[in-house]
Amino acid sequence: MTLYSLIHLALALAGAPLLLGIVNRIKAKIGGRTGQPLLQLYYDLAKLLRKGAVYSETTTWVFRAGPLVGLAAVVVALLVVPLGGVPAVASFTGDLVLLAYMLGLMRLATVLAALDTGSAFEGMGASREVQFAALAEPAMLLGLASMAVLTGKLSLSAMLAALSPAALPPLAAAALLLVGAAVFIVLLAENSRIPFDDPNTHLELTMIHEVMVLDHTGPDFAAIQYGAALKLWTYAAVLSGIILPIRTNCPWCDLLVGAGGVAVVVVAVGLVESGMARLRMLRVPQLLLAAVVLSLLALVLVLR
Amino acid sequence: MPATLYILIVVLMLLNFRLLASSRIAACIQTVAAQAVLFGATAVAVNWPHVQWQMGLIVILSVLIKAVLLPWLLRRAVREAAASREIEPLVGFNLSLLLGVILLGLCLLVTSSLQVKGDQSNGLLLAAALFTAVTGLFLIICRKKAITQVLGYLTMENGINAFGMAFAVNETLLVAMAVLLDVLVAVLVMGIAIYHISREFDHIDTDKLSALKE
Repeated sequence: MTLYSLIHLALALAGAPLLLGIVNRIKAKIGGRTGQPLLQLYYDLAKLLRKGAVYSETTTWVFRAGPLVGLAAVVVALLVVPLGGVPAVASFTGDLVLLAYMLGLMRLATVLAALDTGSAFEGMGASREVQFAALAEPAMLLGLASMAVLTGKLSLSAMLAALSPAALPPLAAAALLLVGAAVFIVLLAENSRIPFDDPNTHLELTMIHEVMVLDHTGPDFAAIQYGAALKLWTYAAVLSGIILPIRTNCPWCDLLVGAGGVAVVVVAVGLVESGMARLRMLRVPQLLLAAVVLSLLALVLVLR
Repeated sequence: MPATLYILIVVLMLLNFRLLASSRIAACIQTVAAQAVLFGATAVAVNWPHVQWQMGLIVILSVLIKAVLLPWLLRRAVREAAASREIEPLVGFNLSLLLGVILLGLCLLVTSSLQVKGDQSNGLLLAAALFTAVTGLFLIICRKKAITQVLGYLTMENGINAFGMAFAVNETLLVAMAVLLDVLVAVLVMGIAIYHISREFDHIDTDKLSALKE
């Protein structure tokens, strides 16, 4: 851990809601609209935090714990995520598994809270969420595994710091492209972005993630929205380290390159959302399977 | 240059997966054409910077035939037969993808024991070539539409051609010429056959042909 890791953490905690603002702004610009303010999510969070929460009488403590556990899990995940060459706050052998399962825990908390309401509608969303997550998780883990094989390091910080064009075999460029594509697909799926789920639809039978959080109100809903923004930052930071394998020796430059990578990823998300329609529900597993294949191919290449 | 070569090889492998997963015949035709272009580029990249004019000629010729002429013929056949999608293949598209991964693994296993001239990337090219040939074979076996089977045949040819390229570095010309001639004749015959089948019957599903009585 260095001072710069703490700067990354502060940047993530403060800047994550801005990412969604950028995505929305890009979508609006391409659609020819003015769009909501860049800081809209901050206003939403401030408004939600001022309000009180309403709990249905049929729910139990599981429902109340859901948003808090989710937010705590994603903050822990953020602690092990490096930003490009800047190491994470905590790093140890095998922390990539912790990353994957902290995000898994977050999902579990949301799903349990949704099931706890007893609403059939939310149960349906929960079922879809876990079905797609079961396919997205192997893609992510296999991708990280292939990078571990490539660099010979087992912690995320060391792994991403070791990615620089000079030190790696010529094969690495191909493998990194594959893993980058796979992680990008997983990012879209896990953050319920467009080809998988439309974050703008409410109360429609096609949505996945939004349907699970319908019953949360006030501060609980703020925790969920803030958690979602942090999750997007987590994935974007990992992806930024993969697609921009530029490691300088000056920490400020590394920080700048990493943040630039996050911005590139977010702009790419905005462009994908503007250019694509939602996939039919039946086609979603196929796209996730394609991500698994990309990761597997990368793993096979580096294992040879 | 090696990095470029690796990226080319990986894209070639990915195109095979696209063939396995896509149900649209137009997309498959496009993929096979792109594959032919990429194999041409790989042939040049492997021999860079000592590209002989004979090789350049054969690459340009084969790209013209496989990426312009044959796709044009096939698109016409698709239009005539009004078959734009492969519906109900024998093996589903998701399963095809997974089987593709297994096939790729097998190809890597087989080619790792072969002796190849040159560096490591040549071995990988060999695996990609074998994988392409196997994918073509898989398409011929597991798809029902005659056009997709023709595409499988073309893919297989692409693979065999590249196989020759990786192995017989000096006799590439001979191998390529022979295979190219074969394929041209075969696709012409098949194109005509599909056209006539679609004129006589209102579908080109090969399964129904086997049910014909004398």
